[in-house]
Amino acid sequence: MDEILTYAQAAEPAGAVTYAAADGLLSSVWLLVAIPLASAAILLLLGRRADRWGHWLGVAAIGAAFVLGLTSFFQLRGLENKSVELSLWDFITVGNLRVDFGLLFDPLAAVFVLLITGVGFLIHLYAVEYMAHDEGRRRFFAYFNLFVAAMLLLVLGNNYVMLYFGWEGVGLASYLLISFWYGRPSAATAGKKAFLMNRVGDAGLAIGIFILFATLGTTQYDEVFSSVGGLASGTVLVLGLLLLLGAAGKSGQFPLQAWLPDAMEGPTPVSALIHAATMVTAGVYLIARSNPIFSANETLQLVVVSVGALTLLMGCIIGAAKDDIKRVLAWSTVSQIGYMFLGVGLGGAAYALAIVHLLAHGFFKANMFLGAGSVMHGMNDQVDIRRFGGLSKYMKITWITFMMGWLAIIGMFPFSGFFSKEPIIVAAFEREGWTAWLFGGAALLGAGLTAFYMTRLFVLTFHGPKRWTEDIEHPHESPKLMTIPLILLAIGSVGAGFLLATSVPDWLTATAGLGGEHAEHAAVLPHWLLTALSLVVTVLGAGLAWALFRNGTATAPQPAGVLVTAARRNLYTDAFNEVVFEKPGIFLTRALVFLDNRGIDGLVNGLAAGVGGGSGRLRRWQTGFVRSYATSILTGALLVVAAFLAVQAGWLA
Amino acid sequence: MSNFPFLSVLTVAPLVGALVVAFLPRRRPDLAKQVAFGWSLLVLALSVVMWVSFQADGDRLQFRESYPWIPTWDVNFTFAVDGIALVMLMLIAVLVPLVILASWHDADASKRSVPAYFALLLVLESTMIGVFAAADVFLFYVFFEVMLVPMYFLIGSYGGHQRQYAAVKFFLYSLVGGLFMLAAVIGLWVVGGKTFDWQTLTQVDISTGTERWLFLGFFLAFAIKAPFFPFHTWLPDAGRAAPAGAAALLVGVLDKVGTFGILRYCLPLFPEASKWFAPWALALGLIGILYAALLAVGQSDLKRLVSYTSIAHFGFIGVGIFAFTTQAGTGAVLYMLNHGLATGLLFLVVGMLIARRGSSLISDFGGAGKLVPLLAGVLFFAGLASLALPGTAPFVSEFLVLIGTFTVNKPVAVIATLGIILAAAYVLWMVQRTTQGTLNPELTEVKAMHRDLTLREKAVVAPLIALILLLGFYPKPVTDVINPAVQATMQDVGKTDPAPEVGSVQEAAQ
Repeated sequence: MDEILTYAQAAEPAGAVTYAAADGLLSSVWLLVAIPLASAAILLLLGRRADRWGHWLGVAAIGAAFVLGLTSFFQLRGLENKSVELSLWDFITVGNLRVDFGLLFDPLAAVFVLLITGVGFLIHLYAVEYMAHDEGRRRFFAYFNLFVAAMLLLVLGNNYVMLYFGWEGVGLASYLLISFWYGRPSAATAGKKAFLMNRVGDAGLAIGIFILFATLGTTQYDEVFSSVGGLASGTVLVLGLLLLLGAAGKSGQFPLQAWLPDAMEGPTPVSALIHAATMVTAGVYLIARSNPIFSANETLQLVVVSVGALTLLMGCIIGAAKDDIKRVLAWSTVSQIGYMFLGVGLGGAAYALAIVHLLAHGFFKANMFLGAGSVMHGMNDQVDIRRFGGLSKYMKITWITFMMGWLAIIGMFPFSGFFSKEPIIVAAFEREGWTAWLFGGAALLGAGLTAFYMTRLFVLTFHGPKRWTEDIEHPHESPKLMTIPLILLAIGSVGAGFLLATSVPDWLTATAGLGGEHAEHAAVLPHWLLTALSLVVTVLGAGLAWALFRNGTATAPQPAGVLVTAARRNLYTDAFNEVVFEKPGIFLTRALVFLDNRGIDGLVNGLAAGVGGGSGRLRRWQTGFVRSYATSILTGALLVVAAFLAVQAGWLA
Repeated sequence: MSNFPFLSVLTVAPLVGALVVAFLPRRRPDLAKQVAFGWSLLVLALSVVMWVSFQADGDRLQFRESYPWIPTWDVNFTFAVDGIALVMLMLIAVLVPLVILASWHDADASKRSVPAYFALLLVLESTMIGVFAAADVFLFYVFFEVMLVPMYFLIGSYGGHQRQYAAVKFFLYSLVGGLFMLAAVIGLWVVGGKTFDWQTLTQVDISTGTERWLFLGFFLAFAIKAPFFPFHTWLPDAGRAAPAGAAALLVGVLDKVGTFGILRYCLPLFPEASKWFAPWALALGLIGILYAALLAVGQSDLKRLVSYTSIAHFGFIGVGIFAFTTQAGTGAVLYMLNHGLATGLLFLVVGMLIARRGSSLISDFGGAGKLVPLLAGVLFFAGLASLALPGTAPFVSEFLVLIGTFTVNKPVAVIATLGIILAAAYVLWMVQRTTQGTLNPELTEVKAMHRDLTLREKAVVAPLIALILLLGFYPKPVTDVINPAVQATMQDVGKTDPAPEVGSVQEAAQ
């Protein structure tokens, strides 16, 4: 790799956006991707020989990447132009298409690097213990490292093709980890479903990249963002919608949300790192990175906001009806990313708010997923919250740390969700006219619903009467290697919000387009009233859940009304997919196989037989007697002579 | 080294090897295998020297040699390669030794001679090299037809279920296509001033009507060979019946003669007709991409499934060729190489699975990953390459085909992009039904299913995996060779890449 490594020339001053060439320590940011990738390769190639120590190599690789990320971050802080580019080699150079295998380290990439490697390191550490009794632990860490490498490439690429490279790479890692226990048919199916739905989004992203090249002649970020203003409004809209399709696929947003809850088939650390803290936020990254495109068209922004608002409510409603602890958390992830989409859709200063919420969410959601893993660890892998209860006495650390995550996600003051979610609600109320009420109202309602279902989850798990299955006598707290990451993430859930909300927006202004001003409209309601309202709905939602569930719940499914039944069935979205895509697809495939075997093959065989002089002859040909080829050769010879004469006579001219 | 007669030596060398191998005693099959393998390695070594000697920025056709054959008709043994042919020659030189290694035991169970099997593989190599190296239209035609013979015997004598039917079907389809081409070759000779020299013929002006008929003659032969929809039904039968190694060469190399022929003969010799027929060819390509992918999803036999994926990939190549942009064209040629590596690997790995299980039916597998984890892993990797995941070589070619097509024909590119979703469907479903899920109890009873990849099998798959990854991250050495040849072909057709829309607006404003 060293031989190929060449340093980038400073980007041409094509317009507003320029990146400096990376030098000094920052010229080694490529190691951020290379270290986890090398570790993954070693773990896969050595096979069983690495079984004894492989997991520690995996942890060390992410630890090293975190240290490197942190030092690079401080280096970047000292620079005037906080965006440096590193061109590694020419990836694709054909005609006027030039794609760099290149990296961009700027404030937006830097915060993602820290989130991915920081939270990633803690989850790797936790997984050492969590996967200790699994014979595939080495393979698990190989895939986990592969994921981190791909995710870092995704956020570090300096053009859309690099983004796509990492984008599909994380899709692969996600597939491998969801179907990690591939012997289970449900895990294998869930992995396939995730990959396929993601590919639908990926196809959109790919076509978006084609549009960039066809219209702007480039896929490099700096050149795209500098010249995007020259695009026709309709082109921007189509381009943005395609990018949004890609983002929705990766981030589990409507209409491509169905794979994310099923992805919980993977081991719990996977759910924490990939399907909560990092990969599923890639869609938010894509929109934030492409902000010059999204900000260029108001209709486009309206669509993004609508997707966000719809998905956040959908996630809340379905999450309130689920009984599987991981699926509740999964739907809450869908819902929280909905808030982030709402934020990036609002544009301007709200881009930064969405990123703040993304980072804060990374901490508290990873915290709660690992907490759920700790609960399952102590309860013989039980996931049904109706069979928990009273665990606060038995798992003190898990209980306290989970409580921090719970208070953070429902947005209670002074936990981190308060500082990250409330500003998005306020920003939604700053829109123009009736849409302020619509989207602000949705965000506010979502806050109340979030408080309801998360409190339900918390109370049913840790409080109230025991409703355990008979095989459990004394649930145990998890070992230190699992509780230490929990404690650190819990600290993040408490403090991160305030710290991030006060520092990140300023920090991000150096990333192209993210230095947006506050909207020119004042909110339709005064700021203090909105803050008060969001706290009130939170307390109402949480209080209602506490009152309903503090005495436990029935352990068998209860009859329910229309809304609850619909919510239990994911609002019939899965049924819709099955009826509209799956069933007709299977039918079409079967029909085509029949057609191909009987129709096309029969037709061409018949035609060939016709040329040869009757279908009986074909059957004789198929006996393999070479003498019957004489007929075909004779036919051919006649054909040749005929063609020859025809040309000579000029009939064909 | 550029004066060395690389092409004639490369064509003849495997033939000599084949003769040596064929006359080795039947009682010593291992000696025949070793000689054949060693010989193919020599051919590979010479090909590498040729690759290094090739000047990417030099003449379009290099290493030209010409010896008279039939002076009265002006037929010559003329050899020369451009970047496109060079890449295909490298593919052959790399694949044949691996196929020989992979086929080590394939002929053992057969009643036929083991040395003859390996001799046939070398004859096949010779004819395949000849067809790509020929620069005389008649010579090309001769190799095009002769190539059928060794493959016919490989399928018909050493194949599996229904091998006779498949071999004859393969032979007849190709023969019929070849006859159309022969007619066109003679027609070309008549209107082209009674010569078969390719370079001379590119300079000839042909009237519109004649050009279209001649184009059609060549195109039909190539469309059957590739194969394009609706001439594809011979391939699943042949792919299923052929021994895995021969199948890998069949779809990996032999079929490429079709798309290579279109690039070398249809486009430069009949540029106007190529443009006139382009919409039809694009339509065939598109149908192939979607139709064959859907059929692949629905297959119950592993080798038929891989054959159908191959037809879908040929759809992409067809679209890339007839989009007439440098990106799409380079992508199409790169696709020909990458598809040879990826589908070659897939066929070989599937062959390893089938050899263990004794059945190619997907339903006879299930949960095999528990028994043969490494083999399952390689199958999955080959699948990833087949669905063109970034990091594997086919991604670059598929991306180039699609992005190049998009600049000139948005609907075609958008519909073709749907193919990437279907590709994920057929690969993942195949992987799921064979290696994942509950372990099929019948599998555990098959003793061979408990043996994971052997050292020999590792030696087969490792070079292919390495090449697929290398070209997935750094395709430049190959694109630099292909690019000038494709640009020259685009000039023949008289097409130039469109400028970026916004760029042209800005230029117009200035």
